[in-house]
Amino acid sequence: MQEGLDDGPDFLSEEDRGPRAVNVDLQTDATLQVDISDALSERDKVKFTVHTKSSLPNFKQNEFSVVRQHEEFIWLHDSFVENEEYAGYIIPPAPPRPDFDASREKLQKLGEGEGSMTKEEFTKMKQELEAEYLAIFKKTVAMHEVFLCRVAAHPVLRKDLNFHVFLEYGQDLSVRGKNKKEKLEDFFKNVVKSADGVLVAGVKDVDDFFEHEKTFLLEYHTRVKDASAKSDRMIRSHKSTPDPQEGLKSLFFLKVSELFEKTRKIEARVAADEDLKLADLLKYYLRESQAAKDLLYRRSRALVDYENANKALDKARAKNRDVLQAETSQQICCNKFDKISESAKQELIDFKTRRVSAFRKNLVELAELELKHAKGNLQLLQSCLGVLKGNT
Amino acid sequence: MNAYMAYKVSTRTSLAMFKSKTFFVRRRFSDFLGLYEKLSVKQSLHGCVIPPPPEKSVVGMTKVKVGMDDPSSVEFVERRRGALERYLQRVVSHPTLLQDPDVREFLEREELPRAVNTQALSGAGFLKMINKASDAVNKMTIKMNESDTWFEDKFQEVESEEQQLRKLHVVVDSLVNHRKELCMNTAVFAKSMAMLGNSEDNTALSRALSQLAEVEDKMEQLHQEKAANDFFVLGELLSDYIRLLGAVRGCFDQRIRVWQRWQEAQSTLQKKREAEAKLLWANKPDKLQQAKDEITEKEKVKDFKSHIIKYLESMLQSEQRVIKFWEAFLPEAKAVA
Repeated sequence: MQEGLDDGPDFLSEEDRGPRAVNVDLQTDATLQVDISDALSERDKVKFTVHTKSSLPNFKQNEFSVVRQHEEFIWLHDSFVENEEYAGYIIPPAPPRPDFDASREKLQKLGEGEGSMTKEEFTKMKQELEAEYLAIFKKTVAMHEVFLCRVAAHPVLRKDLNFHVFLEYGQDLSVRGKNKKEKLEDFFKNVVKSADGVLVAGVKDVDDFFEHEKTFLLEYHTRVKDASAKSDRMIRSHKSTPDPQEGLKSLFFLKVSELFEKTRKIEARVAADEDLKLADLLKYYLRESQAAKDLLYRRSRALVDYENANKALDKARAKNRDVLQAETSQQICCNKFDKISESAKQELIDFKTRRVSAFRKNLVELAELELKHAKGNLQLLQSCLGVLKGNT
Repeated sequence: MNAYMAYKVSTRTSLAMFKSKTFFVRRRFSDFLGLYEKLSVKQSLHGCVIPPPPEKSVVGMTKVKVGMDDPSSVEFVERRRGALERYLQRVVSHPTLLQDPDVREFLEREELPRAVNTQALSGAGFLKMINKASDAVNKMTIKMNESDTWFEDKFQEVESEEQQLRKLHVVVDSLVNHRKELCMNTAVFAKSMAMLGNSEDNTALSRALSQLAEVEDKMEQLHQEKAANDFFVLGELLSDYIRLLGAVRGCFDQRIRVWQRWQEAQSTLQKKREAEAKLLWANKPDKLQQAKDEITEKEKVKDFKSHIIKYLESMLQSEQRVIKFWEAFLPEAKAVA
């Protein structure tokens, strides 16, 4: 199913023009601006057109575009994670894989059942499913864009060579997805990391700031996860409210059935807005708080290494053997730990500011949208009642 | 244990046939059923539609009897009270039925003899009953030559309306269930939000999140009320009408039997030319005319309309409350620095 990124039916939230980074408050900076100007959905992959505007000398032109797929975004993210230099930064979380399976399945089923329903019902369902598909599509574009914008806004990451290649290199990056062996390795790495993480978390930090951050993040992360799951469920049941309109239409109350149809459309919009402003917000901060936790983990890891290096140095001095070697390695560990601590502090403070302002923005917008829809509903009800009462 | 629920039936009237202007009696559910029984037996006399009473429900009633004070039994009693009230109102709005001594006795007499053998509509419900009635009509081997096209048309109308009402009943049922599910999920989400607010260390944001949790909580209550509203008003109303239509079918059924007897009377007349047969023949057309008048629509439309208006008005009130909640929340959200 081929679809360009055009204006969907007014079913969706109004906010689809302008910077789509709704979950992250970023200053757009003239020296490097990145956005996803177009996207195409093919059989089983999505092609994003990444558009860059920059005045930096690193690039050959001031404005250019390339086409990228999801795997290439993941490659970029992973290259950041694996880079030791960036151990002291919160790596912007990778965008989730575009998942159209559910929507595609529904459309398929609809196609199969075409014979068994009236033309009217069929077109209505088809429109709804297409709108749903479009909404998912827009969301995945937004999330990929946010990732790029975060990188572009970060003072250090924006200078990364891989990032520049990603933005500029006209050809396919030939980044194949991980094969089975690599996926297995990843799995083990994660297991080791989480076991390690538990160990490392037990180490009490000397620095109050980090100790506090650690406790806060652990708790916050769990709660955000929970809130995100619950909000998803709530919104899903909100979306599926059935509609008494069908039955009433055939009875004498045409006006009332029209009313129900309109209020149902509004309810669907409310659900879509809640999804955008609340559920997506929570999901995004779930990923970001995970990234922040990862940062803390790396720092703790560096601390443990440093302490081990200290112990090794003491041992070496006591035995008076390989002292120089122990000294250098201890020095390296010390430097690494200091460097991470310094940048981590700043990163965590920035994270807090970003989070607070993103929540504020979305909560305000959510409230305003809810009000708007409730007032719309109210108006519909009042006019319908007016007609009914006047008709005695 | 012989506890039972007694319903207070109050009457206010200016009719001369009653002993006083305002009075009330206490009746139990089986009394209502008993009234229906008595009237049904005389139905052929009246030639009119006897409004059906609400169904028996073993589960619901047992809960109430056991004194379980949970909201579902309260709901059950309230539902039943409403249905009984509508039932009585339909009975007395009938000029013929109002004249019936059994009706008067029901309203006035202090103590009613216990009704035995009260007809119970089975658990599987009235839909089965309607199906049986329609089957019976269809299986009639004697096909009546419908000379009166008015009846023919009316019959078709009634059939199609019944179908629509049934469909609507199904939809309303699922609407109510969905609202209940939404309620549950909203409540759970509100709690989760409150926890999140607790762990947020920016005070203004923390307060805003707790406020959001409260708003969601209030929305949950609203959803619950909406569900109750949908259920009581729409659902019950529809059940009533489906049953009413079932009774209308019964009336058609009667008419066919009447016609049958008319045919028999005619053949008797032809065969024996007796005076009785003549009399029988003379009476039938009157009864048919009466039946015609019964199957009238006006009452139904008005009743339905006023219920819909009530439903919409309560929806209006809920929307207004939603607006209030979100308007209160907005400044809190804006206050987050």
